[in-house]
Amino acid sequence: MSVFPEQGMLRAQQPAEDTSPKRSGFQALAAQELPRLYRLARRLVGDEAEDAVQDTLLKGYRAYASIADQVAAPAWLTAILVNCCRDRARAKGRRAEEIELDEGDDFSLYRTIAAEDPFPYSDSLHLDFLHQFGREDVRAVLAELPQLYRLPLVLCYCEGYQVKEVAHLLEVPLGTMLARLHRGRKLFERTLWEYAERHGLLKENARR
Amino acid sequence: MITCAEAVRQLWEYLDGVVEEADREAIEEHLSFCRRCCGELDFAEELRRFLARSDEPALPADVKARLLATLTDLGDRA
Repeated sequence: MSVFPEQGMLRAQQPAEDTSPKRSGFQALAAQELPRLYRLARRLVGDEAEDAVQDTLLKGYRAYASIADQVAAPAWLTAILVNCCRDRARAKGRRAEEIELDEGDDFSLYRTIAAEDPFPYSDSLHLDFLHQFGREDVRAVLAELPQLYRLPLVLCYCEGYQVKEVAHLLEVPLGTMLARLHRGRKLFERTLWEYAERHGLLKENARR
Repeated sequence: MITCAEAVRQLWEYLDGVVEEADREAIEEHLSFCRRCCGELDFAEELRRFLARSDEPALPADVKARLLATLTDLGDRA
């Protein structure tokens, strides 16, 4: 914040007259990207999304002058945001370690739904299972996963990045990324099933 | 020839386009005759669409205003 209130007033009245190319270039880029950055931050750190985007704006501005390729600027901002989200998760001491999935590794949601047959009169059992979940539910299930696994899942399957791009973004070798995605998917499947059990979604027309 | 377990283990990687060419051919050959694994494949695709559809609320107006204020203040703070 400015220590000179009159400067703040001037800026508020004449924001377009900023002559600094660095500042105005970054402001234009970031303002355009805000909705996307915020949505991604919500998926990665939930309620801390606004703080994570604030961190990203400050860090991004400091480094902006060194960006040569303006076309890649949105991806560059994404990488900063992902790092800021990881820092926030680390600072809160959330679990970031690899976890063993000895028995869970074999969990198959497809087979579990078929075996448990929660909707006996359905001819589209697996689809009906997924239709029980509202948006809030999916969000809650993703939020239950350790961030080590949530990040790649969200980036690949919610945000649509290629696996190789995500490995690059998260700075891990492709093999490590594939292993984390595999474990993350298994955890996600198991968590979906357990969430459905806990929240009474395994009943015919539970949502209707 | 690969088993159902081997095919299923690689279905997501297959959909992600990150399996080796030989593995891709083996999976497709298996899927050509295994109806159960085709069911698994359909479900994997459905689960991917399910994740892609999962949405977050749009940027709230008050949050947007605060973030834009941060942008306006840049240079003083950064």
